[in-house]
Amino acid sequence: MSLLTVNNLEVSFVTRNGTQKAVKGVSFTVETQQITAIIGESGSGKSVSCYALLGLIPSPPGRIDGGVANFKGQNLLTLSEAELRKIRGSDIAMIFQDPMTCLNPYLTIGEQLIEPLRIHRNLSRADAKLRAVELLDEVGIRSPESTFDSFPHEFSGGMRQRVMIAMALINEPRLLIADEPTTALDVTIQAQILRLIADLQKHRDIGVLFISHDLAVVSDIADQIVVMEQGEVVESGSPDAIFNHAQHPYTQKLLAAIPSGERESSDSKKDVLINIRNLRTWFQPSGKADPVKAVDDVSFDIHRGEILGLVGESGSGKSTLGRSIMRLAPITSGQVTFDGTPLTGLEGRKLKDFRSRMQMIFQDPFASLNPRMTVYDTLAEPLLLHGICQRSNLDQHIAKLMDDVGLARNFIRKYPHEFSGGQRQRIAIGRALATRPEFIVADEPVSALDVTIQAQILDLLMDLGREHNLTMLFVSHDMAVIRHIADRILVMYQGKIVESGPVKQVFNHPEMPYTQSLLASIPGAATSVPYVGL
Amino acid sequence: MLRFIISRLLQAIPVIFIVITATFFLVRAAPGGPFDAEKVVLPEVKRALEAQYKLDLPLHEQYFAYLSDLAQGELGPSFKYPGRSVNEILFSGLPVTAELGFYALLIALVIGVTAGVFASLKPNTRQDYIPMGLAMIGICMPSFLLGPLLVLVFGIYLEWLPISGWGSIPGDKILPSITLGAAYAAYVARLSRAGMLEILSQDYIRTARAKGLPEWLVVGKHALRGGLIPVVAFLGPAFAGLLAGSFVVETIFQIPGLGRFYVQAAFNRDYTMILGTTVFLSSLIVLFNLVSDVAAAWLNPRLRSQLSGGSQ
Repeated sequence: MSLLTVNNLEVSFVTRNGTQKAVKGVSFTVETQQITAIIGESGSGKSVSCYALLGLIPSPPGRIDGGVANFKGQNLLTLSEAELRKIRGSDIAMIFQDPMTCLNPYLTIGEQLIEPLRIHRNLSRADAKLRAVELLDEVGIRSPESTFDSFPHEFSGGMRQRVMIAMALINEPRLLIADEPTTALDVTIQAQILRLIADLQKHRDIGVLFISHDLAVVSDIADQIVVMEQGEVVESGSPDAIFNHAQHPYTQKLLAAIPSGERESSDSKKDVLINIRNLRTWFQPSGKADPVKAVDDVSFDIHRGEILGLVGESGSGKSTLGRSIMRLAPITSGQVTFDGTPLTGLEGRKLKDFRSRMQMIFQDPFASLNPRMTVYDTLAEPLLLHGICQRSNLDQHIAKLMDDVGLARNFIRKYPHEFSGGQRQRIAIGRALATRPEFIVADEPVSALDVTIQAQILDLLMDLGREHNLTMLFVSHDMAVIRHIADRILVMYQGKIVESGPVKQVFNHPEMPYTQSLLASIPGAATSVPYVGL
Repeated sequence: MLRFIISRLLQAIPVIFIVITATFFLVRAAPGGPFDAEKVVLPEVKRALEAQYKLDLPLHEQYFAYLSDLAQGELGPSFKYPGRSVNEILFSGLPVTAELGFYALLIALVIGVTAGVFASLKPNTRQDYIPMGLAMIGICMPSFLLGPLLVLVFGIYLEWLPISGWGSIPGDKILPSITLGAAYAAYVARLSRAGMLEILSQDYIRTARAKGLPEWLVVGKHALRGGLIPVVAFLGPAFAGLLAGSFVVETIFQIPGLGRFYVQAAFNRDYTMILGTTVFLSSLIVLFNLVSDVAAAWLNPRLRSQLSGGSQ
């Protein structure tokens, strides 16, 4: 018998604007010692399905309309809150997406770790601590004794996720629900956490329900894959069946959206647009501490018309480098020359004039657009500020921009909150293109987007680049995305550029150990799923 | 941490200096003088009085003389209460006002936090609307209306509680404390509701529930601490406000506190008394703001390590 059998689960949200069905008759099973992965984009109902099992959807507005979820002989959906509470954190444990926000910042790691033991097993504080330290050691936390009394903010994201995993496993659950546990992490950390989950699951005789938006992530570890779209299961099967014989068009679309292959890069010699020499951006913390060397003695050229990929993990200084070139971050020393003009010496008005030639696209299209400005206002501002057009022909220019980035013209009077993430990123791209720049820094422009949307935005950026002869510095932590879009690659580590070269060369013959470890952490790299055709 | 406190205290010096200067010249710019209200004052007596209190000197000399006295902690003689210094009067009234303020604050905290947390647990239901509606009334109702109302109901109709005085009849401290604390209870209720709502929507609350914690632990242990930080930050300004704002309540209930001297001093043009009270209260306000800022920072582990580490 399966560990968990979910049959015809139906969940809806009742709001003033009517009832919205979030989950429509979803069925799946989780076996002991196996990993079942639920794949879907945001809004597909994958998380809601799993939260509903444990009574964790806020009610109201959430409401379970029907279905059966058999776990150890009882139907989870009909249990009372008190009965569910006994199961939560003991028989069924959860790991959540963002370890930064999922640990209580006001309590020590240790205090949070021992809670499940104290509640479910009535262990004494000392016994619980012993067990917690043991488990911290097992999930790979160094010197667990001393970390026991630390607060979450003293840990990196990967470490916090390890703590979350320890906390979930502390009561030896039979079923572990992991909701996008690696989405917020760097690639190398993601690979470590995935390995950790797979190892723990094998040794402990537990079943895992793994929720993710990313097919590539689960390709290495899943035994069963369930694909969801708009509240329904559209396809399920073994990884082999899903990756090689996908039946449903949506699954095929998801597979196609995984960034793959390389661009045909022309090797013809191009002239240098931006020349960067010995650039340093150091931040001096308060007090007499050593400066943080975010960018440390970096030199490279950006050729006209190329897309230069800049990869690195969080904290590597890649975003700061992009901002320094734009003069948005203070430069400590070094030279940035743009088309023969040294940018480092420009001030005031001259700098402002130059700004129209260089633009930036940011990661989070939710945060980087002013929520109180319509699309029209957002696009009109740079046009008027830099004197690109007059008020009389403003409407024409804006309509043209909307066409360029693939937004319907009748959206023009809408506010950012009325758009989806992908549409917002299109607006942000439109805003960046408004001044007809020659150079764009795109700082993780697709990291916050769903995979299929990500593919569309990447295509848009490549098309626009070709059409407008743009030069682009494309900053990303995602090797697969960089490989898809870039002509050349720079690999950044601890403020320095450790490797650079054409995409093919870096991917096929990485020289530095760090680059090799980055490449090895690409999800799916370990197995022979078809899209990894090195 | 020490550096933070010292730098904040240093910042307070110019603030208090500006308050002193502005008050000094404003009270003198107001028409009338301290001895104008006396019925029959012979010109030579008035001159003698003015000489005694240095009022015959040019204004700027009076100002510097006051500053040098102040630097020695001397607030000068009262113009209206001959033979008593402002220091004496302040310190005789302060304990009463401080006690009143303390009880009012206690009431504000107990009622406010309870109501706010209660409301935040079921937002946009009756459990939320009723306490928040009452809080709105509490904020809108001035103490000179609430005080007499309470006196009417509990003092005169029901005859449960004494209607005036302070510390002479048992129970006479209850009505003034409630009158003074009501508005602050309402503010605290709204602050704790907002703070709790914010924290209850955080991911780590969901984590706590996923661990199987009973709801009272989720709220009491995981949410309360972060949710009440805005309240803690409000306590400093609130206590200072209670001290400064107690004069209405003190007048209604005939309480011999600081507030009554303050108001009378303004009517009497008792220059040194006005200045002394202002300096004293503004110093308290600065001090209490600092204390509550430090406390709020201390409650947040991240800020705490920044403040105590210094270099981090």
